[in-house]
Amino acid sequence: MGFIEQLINGLNLGSIYALMALGYTMVYGIAKMLNFAHGDIIMVGAYTLSLVMTNLGMPPVVAILASVIVCSVLGVTIEKIAYKPLRNASPLTVLITAIGVSYFLQSVALLIFGSNKRKVDSAITMSGIKIGGLELTGESIVTLGITILIMIGLTLFIKKTKIGKAMLAVSEDKGAAQLMGINVNQTISITFAIGSALAAVAGVLFVSSYGFVGPYTGSLPGIKAFVAAVLGGIGSIPGAMLGGILLGIIESLSKAYISTNLSDAIVFAVLIIVLLVKPSGLLGKIRMDKV
Amino acid sequence: MALLEVNNLSIVFGGLRAVDGFNLKIEKGQLYGLIGPNGAGKTTVFNMLTGVYKPTSGTFSLDGENLTGKKAIEINRKGIARTFQNIRLFDNMSVLDNVKIGLSNQKKYTVVESILRLPRYFKEEKEMDEKAIELLKVFDLDKEKDFLASNLPYGKQRKLEIARALATNPKLLLLDEPAAGMNPNETAELMDTIRFVRDRFDMTVLLIEHDMKLVGGICEEITVLNFGKELAHGETSEVLNHPQVVTAYLGE
Repeated sequence: MGFIEQLINGLNLGSIYALMALGYTMVYGIAKMLNFAHGDIIMVGAYTLSLVMTNLGMPPVVAILASVIVCSVLGVTIEKIAYKPLRNASPLTVLITAIGVSYFLQSVALLIFGSNKRKVDSAITMSGIKIGGLELTGESIVTLGITILIMIGLTLFIKKTKIGKAMLAVSEDKGAAQLMGINVNQTISITFAIGSALAAVAGVLFVSSYGFVGPYTGSLPGIKAFVAAVLGGIGSIPGAMLGGILLGIIESLSKAYISTNLSDAIVFAVLIIVLLVKPSGLLGKIRMDKV
Repeated sequence: MALLEVNNLSIVFGGLRAVDGFNLKIEKGQLYGLIGPNGAGKTTVFNMLTGVYKPTSGTFSLDGENLTGKKAIEINRKGIARTFQNIRLFDNMSVLDNVKIGLSNQKKYTVVESILRLPRYFKEEKEMDEKAIELLKVFDLDKEKDFLASNLPYGKQRKLEIARALATNPKLLLLDEPAAGMNPNETAELMDTIRFVRDRFDMTVLLIEHDMKLVGGICEEITVLNFGKELAHGETSEVLNHPQVVTAYLGE
């Protein structure tokens, strides 16, 4: 494969990371917590897709919708049961709870589906196109297109609607927002619903590109999405997008030209270097606390 | 019937009775002052009246409706709004959006309607814009509507906080040290603004203040709090000359 193909591969993978990173970054930005169970919601989305398509024989569109709905409901439920009671607890407590939720979801999947990976048919039925000597798969086109659409949609939603503005207000000052009549709990629920819906879409695209899902499918991509969010500047939507795409391209180019085994190491090395030079991430803002 | 009636309100933190048996009666349209030395419990009273703290005992009611122990958001919807001692605007949002946050609980469009861009979304967003700009004009902030709140000068930030609180459509406005950090000129202007708000919006105002010129200048009645207990209350000029009040402020 030539350089351009590798680049497109990287863009494809990067878009998926970007979608996951968007969810991470939104939840962090608004609820001020790292939801380490985010990657496992992707896994749940992928299983839902597979069950609805293969076992129930439904068309892909129905399966995708089902997976978005299941993940949103799951995200909101997790927030209500596990995170909401800890709203005023220390960040470390919430972080450890999130790791617990992550293992819980993995174990439940292990109990239900066993440790063997399931084969999943691609939900994307579009065929590839050829431009000159370049071959673009249907998955690549759809993945890139959907990611760009979602980023634009999300930015408009936050800037142009009262719910989006309520999210910004909650992210700046929960207490003041509440005293101005903003329903903080509801706003955080909506944030989790949107974040998890994005995770579902990412899950669908991920298994459509890779063809398999297992209980630990979400684990490594989840961590990489977190890296992408931090790389771009956690809390920033364009940052998550940039971080995700960069990460995908770096990973795919190092696989092609350096070493397949070292590609993950290179990804994390890039993160370390960026954070050394710019601790707030590429597009992150440095917060100065008043002394 | 008084607009705000507070009966025997107390709160205990650990072993400390921060506010002890606090009573207050404010008639509609009054400008009422709450004064007292640092640590007397004035802001704690505000925090109880807005649902930030739950009182340990006692009750308060607005327009005859008991609001004791209700959540902050419910109390706000019932008609009590406030500003903060240390300004708490949404710094990274525009001046206009800060006011629209205050307006948003009065609008009913849903997430789905906004994603599908249904007519109600456009109609209500437009109404909010118009109402917010109208409010900003009253405070002479309309030219700065697209500024980030954090870029406004100090005095205007205080005004924006009042505008944002008024946007929630309150019956009672609580101002926590509105003149803090202001020079005498700004304070004089603020006094005009507060009077103007009362007349223009038919508002009842309860304010905490250390600036005796401001308190003496605009408050019709005041209550003095010292170590969580009421020291005196009544007409402003009488209370300010009360020997115990003078002692609390100036020492023996």
